[in-house]
Amino acid sequence: MKDKRKTAAEAVSVIQDGASIMVGGFMACGTPEILIDALVERNVRNLTIICNDAGVPGRGVGKLVSNGQVKTLIASHVGLNPEVGKRMTCDELDDRIECILVPQGTLAERVRAGGTGLGGFLTPTGVGTIVAEGKQVLHVNGRDYLLELPLRADFALLRGSITDTFGNITYNATTRTFNQVMAMAADHVIVGTCELVEIGAIDPNNVMTSGIFVDTIVGGEEQWQI
Amino acid sequence: MADIKEIIARRVAKELKDGDVVNLGIGLPTMVANFLPPDVHIVLQSENGIMGMGPAAEPGKEDVDIINAGAQYVTVLPGAQYFDSATSFGVIRGGHVDATILGALQVDKHGNLANWIVPGKMVPGMGGAMDLVVGAKKVIIAMQHTQKGVHKILDECTLPYTAINVVDLIITEMGVMEVTPDGLVLSEIHPDFTLDQVQEATECKLIVSPDLKPMK
Repeated sequence: MKDKRKTAAEAVSVIQDGASIMVGGFMACGTPEILIDALVERNVRNLTIICNDAGVPGRGVGKLVSNGQVKTLIASHVGLNPEVGKRMTCDELDDRIECILVPQGTLAERVRAGGTGLGGFLTPTGVGTIVAEGKQVLHVNGRDYLLELPLRADFALLRGSITDTFGNITYNATTRTFNQVMAMAADHVIVGTCELVEIGAIDPNNVMTSGIFVDTIVGGEEQWQI
Repeated sequence: MADIKEIIARRVAKELKDGDVVNLGIGLPTMVANFLPPDVHIVLQSENGIMGMGPAAEPGKEDVDIINAGAQYVTVLPGAQYFDSATSFGVIRGGHVDATILGALQVDKHGNLANWIVPGKMVPGMGGAMDLVVGAKKVIIAMQHTQKGVHKILDECTLPYTAINVVDLIITEMGVMEVTPDGLVLSEIHPDFTLDQVQEATECKLIVSPDLKPMK
């Protein structure tokens, strides 16, 4: 079988200007810093980033924001990264970020739908709010729902705690978040992992993401230091 | 008057029953866990994927893989479980959370809530708030009655909604208000305030419960 292991630089060399990229994690907990750093180094621009949030300056997606690589950000919360607010309204067009805010549960489910062959789903979240603007409202069994559409991307960058050489992943504690659904919703999936083990070393009961979704594996991801 | 936040948190704690699954918002709501009676044990949920969350981690003992939805390092209790985000919000929207306690910028007599955006000023995003207030069985707003004298409890919210017709109970330092089809019913009043003072601090007309009690 093809060896999926690459260096971080090799792994992100397939990502071009204008790509759409899903990034796992929540406030950078569960975001693969090793892959983000390689993407900053590669300096591709005009990216569409799909992530729960904007990380913080100097961590996670925040590094891509600071380096001016993000054109569109699809996220549920950007308040803990003040740079995003500045770039949403700045005069310099090249530095400006378009931010599309999506309720967190809707974002997770849209990604899940994108990876699991669903044409969309009905959610009560956002009914009667500005989130409903331009969306179809369906009345089912006495309740109003918004029709939300699936979300997919060209790439997904995941962070594994332990990954085997086939790409089977386990995530520790709250690093799992969006990683698990994003693994199924992108055309090309790259995992940055803390531990890289041989096939068979992970009990099948503990595999949270199947290796069949994973194209590239990069070892050497490190624990965040406070 | 004692610490306003503590007064509110102590009163909110009385709304929770043993075994309840509860999501606490950032800030004041987090304090509620400190005031539960000894015989009431609740299961704290954090929308980034924890069921059975414990207290904040002690400085120097943080596990960097365990954060809450406010990005603080926390602990988990024995028997806790972790979820991915899609499952976590399935838990929330699916009605498996008994109560969510959160703050508000504005709330109105219809139970409409605004707490996520001040257009042109503050655009942090809604995070999980829209899903939580729509999905939780009981929505309790815990907040100061006014914003430095400016009304927050209104006839109609003027800021963009987080959700419509979702709030069940409003608890402030002045009293406890229940959302009913007729409007807001003041069911408890803090002994430090008169009815006139509470009404003056509220834009919408309060219906005083015939069974009005002192807030403790």
